[in-house]
Amino acid sequence: MSFVDFFSWLGDTDWSSGLHGSQYAYSIIESLHVWTLALFFGTVAMFDLRLLGLSMRNVPVSEVVDRLLPWTIAAFAIMVITGSLLFFAIPLRSFQNIFFRFKMILLIAAALNIWLFHARVYPGIAAWDSAAVPPRRVRLAGGISLALWTCIIISGRMIAYNWFDCDRQPQADIINFLTSCAGAASDLASVVGH
Amino acid sequence: MSLLPFFDWCYATPLAETIRDSSWMFPVIEAVHLLGFGLTLGAVLMIELRLLGFGFDRQPLDKLAANTQPWLLGGIAVMFASGIPLFMSESMKAYYSFAFWIKMASLVLVLVYTFTLRRRITRTDSILERPRLSRAMAVMSLTLWFGVAWGGRWIGFS
Repeated sequence: MSFVDFFSWLGDTDWSSGLHGSQYAYSIIESLHVWTLALFFGTVAMFDLRLLGLSMRNVPVSEVVDRLLPWTIAAFAIMVITGSLLFFAIPLRSFQNIFFRFKMILLIAAALNIWLFHARVYPGIAAWDSAAVPPRRVRLAGGISLALWTCIIISGRMIAYNWFDCDRQPQADIINFLTSCAGAASDLASVVGH
Repeated sequence: MSLLPFFDWCYATPLAETIRDSSWMFPVIEAVHLLGFGLTLGAVLMIELRLLGFGFDRQPLDKLAANTQPWLLGGIAVMFASGIPLFMSESMKAYYSFAFWIKMASLVLVLVYTFTLRRRITRTDSILERPRLSRAMAVMSLTLWFGVAWGGRWIGFS
């Protein structure tokens, strides 16, 4: 069973189509996703700006971490739950959406950046905890994080648009490759052919 | 006097028309709008968490406020710079949208609060001696910002 088959089956289940067609549930989940996104991005941005030495220079970095991280983590948890539900409501289209795929790749990159920061950069915090402007590699981690989350939010917003969807053909070959639309394109051709 | 002619005029401007005619301009501007809101909320939270008693208690309030002020102003500036074109492109829809008016009412109230009373109470630490009052202030501010976020998201559903 391919991913396309699986998500096609998932989208036909009562729970999935019920959620997609619901009058309020889908909108409320999407709103929750966006509100917690603002909370998440706000706390991440404040932390990254501190790492960059652009904000709260007289507050130790460890204090910013202590105070903000619980909120960042809570907001992220709600985003993952609501985001999964949004995917579950429209699985196949989301899976084949070029912005969704781009967003997932960026999320992996952001996770790598967090892991690198905690494994390689943060253990040495004693040396720069109170520095107004932390050392270069600390600033680099903050800058990369800020850039990645900005791109993740923009690509997430674009998922709503169907410019590159499989049912809108013809598309360039590269688009159909990136969205695994090849099958859908030939299906469409056969329908049009009849 | 009705505001309808003004909304009508906004809708007919070349800028509004350009955004409507483009397939990508609205979502791109909207994503920037959302980023501006996130930045604003982050800067607001630095003070509100302190007022709620959730931390940053080693810093005087005025220093924390001075530190976050540029990002608060920057976030608000981004929201306005992106929000006004978004509004113009669909001002007629906004006029008839309940969510839009909730958002505007919350926005006006929270901006007035932020630049008057909030600015005053963050000048010294004296508010922190009255924890119930400081918490009420923070809850009010965050509730109004939530009103802005709720209305903003809901305009799209109406």
